[in-house]
Amino acid sequence: MFAFIISRILQALPVMLVVSFISFAMFAYVGDPVSIMLGQDFTEAQRTELVASLGLDKPFFVQFLTFLGNAVQGEFGLSYRLSRPVAELIGERAPATLELALCAAFIAMAVGVPMGVYTGLYRNSWLSRFFLTFSLIGVSLPTFLIGILLILTFAVWLGWLPSFGRGDVRPLGFWATGFTTWSGVKALILPAVTLGLFQLTLIMRLVRAEMLEVMRTDYIKFARARGLSNRAINFGHALKNTLVPVITIAGLQLGAIIAFAIVTETVFQWPGMGLLFIQSVGAADIPVMAAYLMLIALVFVVINLIVDLLYYAVDPRLRTRR
Amino acid sequence: MRSFWLAALAVALFLSGAEARSIRWAASGDPNTMDPHSQNVGTVTMVLQQIYDPLIARSRSLGLEPALATAWEQLEPMRWRFTLRPGVRFHEGEAFTADDVVFSIARAQAPSSNFGTFVDTITRVEPVDALTVDIITRIIDPILPNKIASIFMMSRAWSERNNAARPQNTRNREETHTVRNVNGTGAFRLTSREPDVRTVLTRNTDWWGWANPNNGNVTEIIFRPIASDATRVAALMSNEIDFVLDPPLQDLQRLRTAPGLRVLEGPEVRTIFIAMDVARDELLYSDVRGRNPLRDLRVRQALYHAIDIAAIQRVTMRGQSVPTGALFPEQVQGYDPAQDQRLPYDPARARALLAEAGYPQGFALTLDCPNNRYINDEQICQAVAAMWARVGVRTALKSQPLAPFFAQIQRADTSAYLLGWGVPTLDALYSFQSLLSTRDVSNNGDGGTWNYGRYSSPAMDALIERMKTQSGPARQAAISEALRLYREDVPQIPLHHQMIPWAMRSNIQIPHMANNQPYFRWAVVQ
Repeated sequence: MFAFIISRILQALPVMLVVSFISFAMFAYVGDPVSIMLGQDFTEAQRTELVASLGLDKPFFVQFLTFLGNAVQGEFGLSYRLSRPVAELIGERAPATLELALCAAFIAMAVGVPMGVYTGLYRNSWLSRFFLTFSLIGVSLPTFLIGILLILTFAVWLGWLPSFGRGDVRPLGFWATGFTTWSGVKALILPAVTLGLFQLTLIMRLVRAEMLEVMRTDYIKFARARGLSNRAINFGHALKNTLVPVITIAGLQLGAIIAFAIVTETVFQWPGMGLLFIQSVGAADIPVMAAYLMLIALVFVVINLIVDLLYYAVDPRLRTRR
Repeated sequence: MRSFWLAALAVALFLSGAEARSIRWAASGDPNTMDPHSQNVGTVTMVLQQIYDPLIARSRSLGLEPALATAWEQLEPMRWRFTLRPGVRFHEGEAFTADDVVFSIARAQAPSSNFGTFVDTITRVEPVDALTVDIITRIIDPILPNKIASIFMMSRAWSERNNAARPQNTRNREETHTVRNVNGTGAFRLTSREPDVRTVLTRNTDWWGWANPNNGNVTEIIFRPIASDATRVAALMSNEIDFVLDPPLQDLQRLRTAPGLRVLEGPEVRTIFIAMDVARDELLYSDVRGRNPLRDLRVRQALYHAIDIAAIQRVTMRGQSVPTGALFPEQVQGYDPAQDQRLPYDPARARALLAEAGYPQGFALTLDCPNNRYINDEQICQAVAAMWARVGVRTALKSQPLAPFFAQIQRADTSAYLLGWGVPTLDALYSFQSLLSTRDVSNNGDGGTWNYGRYSSPAMDALIERMKTQSGPARQAAISEALRLYREDVPQIPLHHQMIPWAMRSNIQIPHMANNQPYFRWAVVQ
């Protein structure tokens, strides 16, 4: 077990290295932070001086190694755009993104699984057909459009929910949470639904397909023959066996939700890491972009590791084979 | 006695009613810093000008009016005397004195300041007494007051106590105090700030200007940045926001007709133009080999004649532009209506001029364009490219976000590009010096910093030198002559001045300003 974890972590290191290299190489194309930092009025001397002091005149590999050396020590420097420590900026924004992502994942699971079970069991009912049509919308409409439609309906026409922002946020230790105030909870609803909708329909379709598969198997027929109640068969035996792939997908999708909250955060002006990233791209703020991409790569690596470990724990076959 | 208490109660109710005048304000960008001498950009200034005062302020018509200086005069050609307003205190209690002026100007001159051009002619600032200060310049500088109007006054004691005697510097390892903290003398004080989320300003009841009845009644400003255009408009329509500084053009019609809302429209001091490489022997991005067609005046005139500015104004800009033949709009000192004339739209003449110049079949050209900097910038370029193609100049459009765009043109790695130019000093010299002086990269030369087409004309340079030192009618003559030369030489093709609409609830009165700055000290909430 221990050796397994160690080998996984060793495998993760080159992944992180490659991600940092690719992201760093990309920065050559996002533009020049210097022109944005200097503004409209500057002299050539000022410009040369700034380029030199940021180390942007050094060869690519020297810049990359300097960056890596600092990153290993957790030192990402000051944001070019905001003149504040990058680690502090990301730390401030992380709670907003994580709360949003967890809520979206929760909505996707809490609604997607029952809908999938229902459509799997009652394939031909009109409600199943409605769910399936609805899921098509969730899969095909782009996130920003869903967000804008929700804003138009619930903020502009009905006036029930706020159209942007995070509402009142209270500090809970180092964590600024929106869960403790009514306005914070209200502000969370629309973005969480927007972000979770795609995952919801994905999980629903996955559960449905797995249910259809499992309901045809022999052990379900035997369970029926033994006279077990429908409830025990559907939820105790069938659903339980569908959940292994669902948990895998849901786990991996959590990483995707965190990473791709960018669009939702932009539409709702949600002050999370994704919004920070987009604004940094606009200003060619290399330190923030590099740190964010490294962090997202780390999130994916960690989630993959956890999913692997869960497999190891859940599936007895993996253990006996060794 | 009873009626006295009733009257007192009524007064108290009235006063408490009068106190809750808050404005919830949104714009697409959040200020990147609270340091008044670091970044010279509109999104920073729009918040800081509510908090800090300069010596001389802009009036409602963008003229000059006393602020922290009550009077100023040119004692000698190179010595200006400023008389300071007595009894002014910073928000944290320090008295404002001549020493703070000395400090603030030195701070704006620091290498990490973006305000260097406003104070680059100043050699020395001498306090005469506590409330009088002399500014000594190295050359005769007739527009010093215009430039000083951009420099906010800070407290020396507060800045030095907080280790912020120099503007913030990204090369530092630690955050400078002024990135998130302020201490001004202005009409509003900063009560809370969460970057990118919420900035709350409350009325500074001790402000020296509130005695003036022309000032407004706003007690609180809550600024919320909203980057997405659609969300910003939705927030205004759903009554979560009272004032939007930058509503998107496509939503204006809807906002004009929406109940309870109104749109204020006016020109901005920002001119959109196309600059061309008139220096290289061969263009970088063209199919013409061995020569540069844009060095031929007839080709530049042909490109000018090919542009149907009325169509751009009507279709691309939805009426929100002022077509121009000049380098800057009428709000800028030195503007001359006689010189604000375009070459007419005349595609036949354009084709004839191209043929005359030796390009009867036209040629290929790449137009560089930003796509997130000016109002509808990419669409303007698309229109221009199509119009040029119609007279035979096969135009490829390369549009990019502002960061790579500016990086590219600042290497002069371009053959033609679209640029917008604002004039913070509101004086003609600023535009001529930055855009049309011969590019001088040698010493500390500040000429032609944005002249990436590398236009160079001894006559223009001589006129710019005259603008720097002369004053009165002689100076105006130099500016008019330079504008005439600009029309004749066609170093650039001017397009239009931007219009800037502001959208707000109907109960808000605020003067529309051509520098795109909302001055909430003048706002009235009913």
